[in-house]
Amino acid sequence: MSLATLLVLADGRLPAGGHAHSGGLEAAVAAGRVRDVGDLGGFLRGRLHTTGLVSAAFAAGACARTGDFRDLDRGLDARTPSPALRRASRAQGRALLRAGRAMWSLPELGREPHHPVALGALAAAAGLGPREAAVAAAHGTVSGPAGAAVRLLGLDPYAVHALLARLAPEIDRIAADAAARTDDPVDDLPAAGAPLLDLGAELHATWEVRLFAS
Amino acid sequence: MRAEARIVAEADGRGGTRLRVLRGESPLLLRRTGPRAGGAVTVHLVGGAAGPLGGDDLRLDVEVGPAARLTVRSVAAQLALPGRAGAPPSRLEIRAAVAADATLRWLPEPLIAAAGCRHRAGTRVEVAAGGRLLWRDDLVCGRHDEPSGDVRADVTIRYAGSTLHRHELAVGPGAPGWSGAAVLGGGRAVGALVLAGPGWPEPALLGGDAALMPLAGPGLLASAVGRDIRQVRAALDPLCAAPGE
Repeated sequence: MSLATLLVLADGRLPAGGHAHSGGLEAAVAAGRVRDVGDLGGFLRGRLHTTGLVSAAFAAGACARTGDFRDLDRGLDARTPSPALRRASRAQGRALLRAGRAMWSLPELGREPHHPVALGALAAAAGLGPREAAVAAAHGTVSGPAGAAVRLLGLDPYAVHALLARLAPEIDRIAADAAARTDDPVDDLPAAGAPLLDLGAELHATWEVRLFAS
Repeated sequence: MRAEARIVAEADGRGGTRLRVLRGESPLLLRRTGPRAGGAVTVHLVGGAAGPLGGDDLRLDVEVGPAARLTVRSVAAQLALPGRAGAPPSRLEIRAAVAADATLRWLPEPLIAAAGCRHRAGTRVEVAAGGRLLWRDDLVCGRHDEPSGDVRADVTIRYAGSTLHRHELAVGPGAPGWSGAAVLGGGRAVGALVLAGPGWPEPALLGGDAALMPLAGPGLLASAVGRDIRQVRAALDPLCAAPGE
């Protein structure tokens, strides 16, 4: 396993369109629920232990079970009740595949897989393991909105990165759990939901003007 | 306390529904209620004891046969309470099967997570192609002016052999970030209503923090978060009304 390859995969500068998505933060800011660094900390922690947990499990699964993409993809559909979030996940999956094809040799995944499935497939193609795929997935679910918070609220970037540093041990634990469960049936994989992320995404999708796609 | 209860509803051959099995034990007691006339049957869960309490292990099986129509309600909220020191979490496992052309409407009062409780709720419903399901779960995080206990609710709804909806919700001190802006945002009540099968309303925003969303498969989820249960009811109750009720 190459640590440098993991950094390439998890780098926020990977040209896969991640910067266009706020991970639900733009909706939470507009609803007045995130105003300062403390609110952002609560948002990121809840997102990590719901969306992050699920993304990590499915990225690990897609990395370990390269023949099961379709089942995993359907499993994410069943865990994503918001159509706006399903579209956002598939748009990011497609963008990630485009970038990934230029870097590694990828199997056939369909045109628009969910983002964690695409991420797991890229990790496998890059020679990484399920745990690394899960780390990249869980980290991505919080680093994206953390960056968006600096742009949306003008928060102190040092304080925002301190939040990410504090979440790092939790990301490691989530990734280790995800890597230990790659043989579980898809129905038994984590399904932790975040009602306000679903509802915020639906409302956000109706806005005429927005800074982020989701 | 361990308890099992079972409901089996089947078509009576004259356009109505009869209960072939209606069996419960405290605290899962069941009563047939409502008029005998009409095609559907209503059963109420009547709490036979306080709880669930830590250590309780409860199981309910519901089966709705072809063309039968069953509504299940409860007379009062479930109040999850801590048990004696060292008791395992309380558990309520629900299994339901809905046959083709059958309808199950599951419309209980909310579950209240009293401070200090540890409760696990597991639901698994299998709906055959052509069956209809209306499944409501409301949760209140703590009684008035108290912190929430720990509740973890796990739902799997399958339709025509595929998983339509998988959802887990964890609240309370054991659930990191649950009251943060991504999950409940300080809301103390949350409700979910799964509508599976054909013939439901169109997706819509329901006002406040509530929406009726089309699932990827044949069905919809209405989700609502509120300061209190009244806001959740205001959003979800109108979707639960049935003709003739």
